[in-house]
Amino acid sequence: MTDIVQSLARIVGDAYVSDRPEEAYFYARDPGLMPPHKPDCVVVPKSVEEIQEIVRLAAREKIPVVPMGAGLALTGLVIPLRGGIVIDMKRMNRILKVDEMARHAIVEGGTSQGYLKAYLEKHHPRLRHSIPDSPATATIAANVMIHGQGRLTQQYGFNSDMICGLEVVLASGEVCRIGSGALSPDWFSKGPPLPDLTGLFLGWFGATGIITKIGVKLYPRKKMRDVEIFITDRDSLVPGMVYELTHTEMVEDINIFAQPKPMIFKDNHHITLFYTGDTEEEMEFKRKTIWHSLDRFIRSKDGGFMGVPPAMKSTLLDMPQRSVSRFADVKKGGGFEYSGPIIMVDKYPACARKILELAEKYDLGYSGMARIIGRSHAMMYGFAFTFNRADPDMMERTRQALHEVSVFALEAGGVFWKGTADEQKMAMQKMDPATRGLMGMIKKQMDPHGIMNPGNWEVTEV
Amino acid sequence: MKYADIVHRCFRCGYCKFTGDYTDFNCPAYRKFRFETYSPGGRMWLIRGWLNGEIKNSERFQEILFSCATCANCVEHCVFTFSEDLVNIFIAAREELVAEGLIPPQVRDYLKAIHVNGNPYKLPAAERGKWAAETPVEPYRDQEYLFYVGCVGSYDERAVKMARAVGTLLMKAGLSIGILGEKETCDGNEVRAMGESGLFEQLAEQNIRTFHDMGVKKIITLDPHAYNAFKNDYPPLGGEFEVFHYTQILAPVIGGRRILLKECPLTVTYHDPCYLGRHNKEYEAPRSILKAIPGLELTEMERNSENAFCCGGGGGNFFTDILGKGEESPARLRVREALDTGAGVIAVACPQCAKMLEDAVKSEGLEDRLKVMDIAEIVTGCLS
Ligand SMILES: Cc1cc2nc3c(=O)[nH]c(=O)nc-3n(C[C@H](O)[C@H](O)[C@H](O)COP(=O)(O)OP(=O)(O)OC[C@H]3O[C@@H](n4cnc5c(N)ncnc54)[C@H](O)[C@@H]3O)c2cc1C
Ligand code: SF4
Ligand code: SF4
Repeated sequence: MTDIVQSLARIVGDAYVSDRPEEAYFYARDPGLMPPHKPDCVVVPKSVEEIQEIVRLAAREKIPVVPMGAGLALTGLVIPLRGGIVIDMKRMNRILKVDEMARHAIVEGGTSQGYLKAYLEKHHPRLRHSIPDSPATATIAANVMIHGQGRLTQQYGFNSDMICGLEVVLASGEVCRIGSGALSPDWFSKGPPLPDLTGLFLGWFGATGIITKIGVKLYPRKKMRDVEIFITDRDSLVPGMVYELTHTEMVEDINIFAQPKPMIFKDNHHITLFYTGDTEEEMEFKRKTIWHSLDRFIRSKDGGFMGVPPAMKSTLLDMPQRSVSRFADVKKGGGFEYSGPIIMVDKYPACARKILELAEKYDLGYSGMARIIGRSHAMMYGFAFTFNRADPDMMERTRQALHEVSVFALEAGGVFWKGTADEQKMAMQKMDPATRGLMGMIKKQMDPHGIMNPGNWEVTEV
Repeated sequence: MKYADIVHRCFRCGYCKFTGDYTDFNCPAYRKFRFETYSPGGRMWLIRGWLNGEIKNSERFQEILFSCATCANCVEHCVFTFSEDLVNIFIAAREELVAEGLIPPQVRDYLKAIHVNGNPYKLPAAERGKWAAETPVEPYRDQEYLFYVGCVGSYDERAVKMARAVGTLLMKAGLSIGILGEKETCDGNEVRAMGESGLFEQLAEQNIRTFHDMGVKKIITLDPHAYNAFKNDYPPLGGEFEVFHYTQILAPVIGGRRILLKECPLTVTYHDPCYLGRHNKEYEAPRSILKAIPGLELTEMERNSENAFCCGGGGGNFFTDILGKGEESPARLRVREALDTGAGVIAVACPQCAKMLEDAVKSEGLEDRLKVMDIAEIVTGCLS
């Protein structure tokens, strides 16, 4: 490997390559529960050309490359399952362009969510992007790569629906543009009216190419933003409530959380509704419309709006919502992981009951967190368990609970989101064989030497 | 190791790397090295790995631990309840390394010099008060305030100018101050930060004894690092004094127009020293002095106050230079950020920042466009 390290040093410079035990230890892990596996080395490149050179070297030497953003997917997707080179993308974090009128930005492949947010607030205060609640270091490219969801997902779908182009380094080292940017200087579309080639990359976890630039659609940022919470203790009514709320087309983002702590939250489902406006009048109108949409549930005494205290309001309005990360320390143990299947909204009651059952069975701290995708087209239901990193037994119980979630989600018609390597295998086993075959063909063509984040979406293993 | 029961609680979410508003990565060590291992979360995970025997104490591990500038950005921005202890945890890990005797040679040399000479420059104590020769500042007898200058202000060529400016200005303001001269010894702030807690206690006890023997009740420090040690670490060892940073004394003097200033058409940006700002929450005093100067325009850098970017000199790095070198060194990045404000002067309030940033201005070839001036130097230039 020393020859390879030397070659890498020639590409990125001595300071930005390491095969030392310290980096090997850290980059062998992510914050989740997957077992560690050491990389042979880690590089931190600065340019597309450097990534091309790294990938060419890897292809020549037949060694794996694993792109990594902030490593916050939690499901082991950046753990180098077969060793090789971890490419930490975060030095490539420039915002290359913001087109105010066409409402899009082009950013490098390691740009963080937080940085784009801060940049827009400062330079383009009328624009925003669909920021997820992952910690602010999470990268935009990786979030799109795993089909993440953010604050505008109820309106516009997955964050990957909100892109307008990609630049990708292929397994051969060639660099290639996807979308209107392939033939035009303007990145206004990720595909249409051309064949949409983004599907060759997105959802593949870096197993078919490395995103070096990404076009992100931006949306109007209104002057005011507020939150309301509707509470019900009847999980079976939640899908109907969501249906009414999405019908108003006034809500920007709908999250539902149910958790045992603090005590006042226990046994209730908190439908958290975010809405925005440019004037008090607009806000008032939206607030009233939202309230009235749930009148029938209030009349039947099945729920009501709670007064949101100011401290709670500012916690909820925070973007990203830092308090979500704090869940990791509920057991004073620095860990949480969630399985977040994408599933129909009518499965909400089943999901809510399952998480309770598992939390009890495995004696775990939990939080059920759902985010509505589109106009009730689907939801991400996060079965989140907090664990103590210093307690191997609790970690094992959490693993078992999450495995049960996987089995449950698949049976309930859900699809794994950012699935672990095991979940990917489970998904492929259940998949229509023709679809699986097609995935296999694509993977083989795109990555003939099997060097791109191997261990993920390996169809031949099925 | 102290705090061993906390290290596993880091989620490695990385909030600690950023400013509070996410404008940029703000951990100087991470910003320079760019491997996660050099970030606060990286350190937490490596310390845990080391305590568990999964990694060994190596040169790299030492570099990772000692490149922390103890700037407390992570303390400010980590979202967990143990955030207050982050710097303490890194110092505790350094203590273990010091106890093992396995530390970077620059750290060893620094500690040895302090132990033997009472200063890192290996210069005689007799030369400590030399800087005051052409100033009206006199030795401490029974004046109201002890003006504590510290090693850098006493011996470093750049910092000596600052000591002179501050000392002279305090006298001009009619304050009753005196210096210890050869009786002064290292305050120990960096010794503690580098993990030599035994030597720190020795120095602190020696200083406390001297201060008591001389009847000192109130202290004005030149250096925010000394200010921090006297204010926070000396009291538990029996050293209760009224401690001020010189900007805290000058602010009411200038604000109350006890010194008359002329029109000074300067555009100035202010660099917060970590040990005055984040560690001790003093953001206003230096700014209020600058704002009181007629004609002076104060323009803020993007990262300021609790989000200020460290010059890379803290935690002993001023002496060890682990963070100092190269184009991506924190001081050079900071100078570029200052340049973006359009200011012609970077105002500082710490002798270590003064030297770090002045060197960085030279390395960037910006001597014609940017001047690094201590607040007292600016005020002195504006005296009517
Ligand atoms: C507290 C918390 C809250 C969260 N909330 C949300 C949420 O609200 N919405 C949401 O969507 N997610 C959420 N997540 C999940 C996850 O953190 C985010 O989706 C995040 O955006 C992932 O980004 P990352 O940079 O950490 O990705 P990583 O984990 O680094 O990478 C994810 C995958 O992308 C690949 N990859 C990385 N960069 C590239 C590239 N440039 N080219 C090709 N492949 C690449 C990696 O190999 C890996 O397979 C949350 C996580 C946590 C811990
Ligand atoms: S130190 Fe705090 S903010 Fe930083 S990674 Fe650890 S838990 Fe997150
Ligand atoms: S104290 Fe400063 S340099 Fe040290 S880890 Fe925290 S942010 Fe980084």
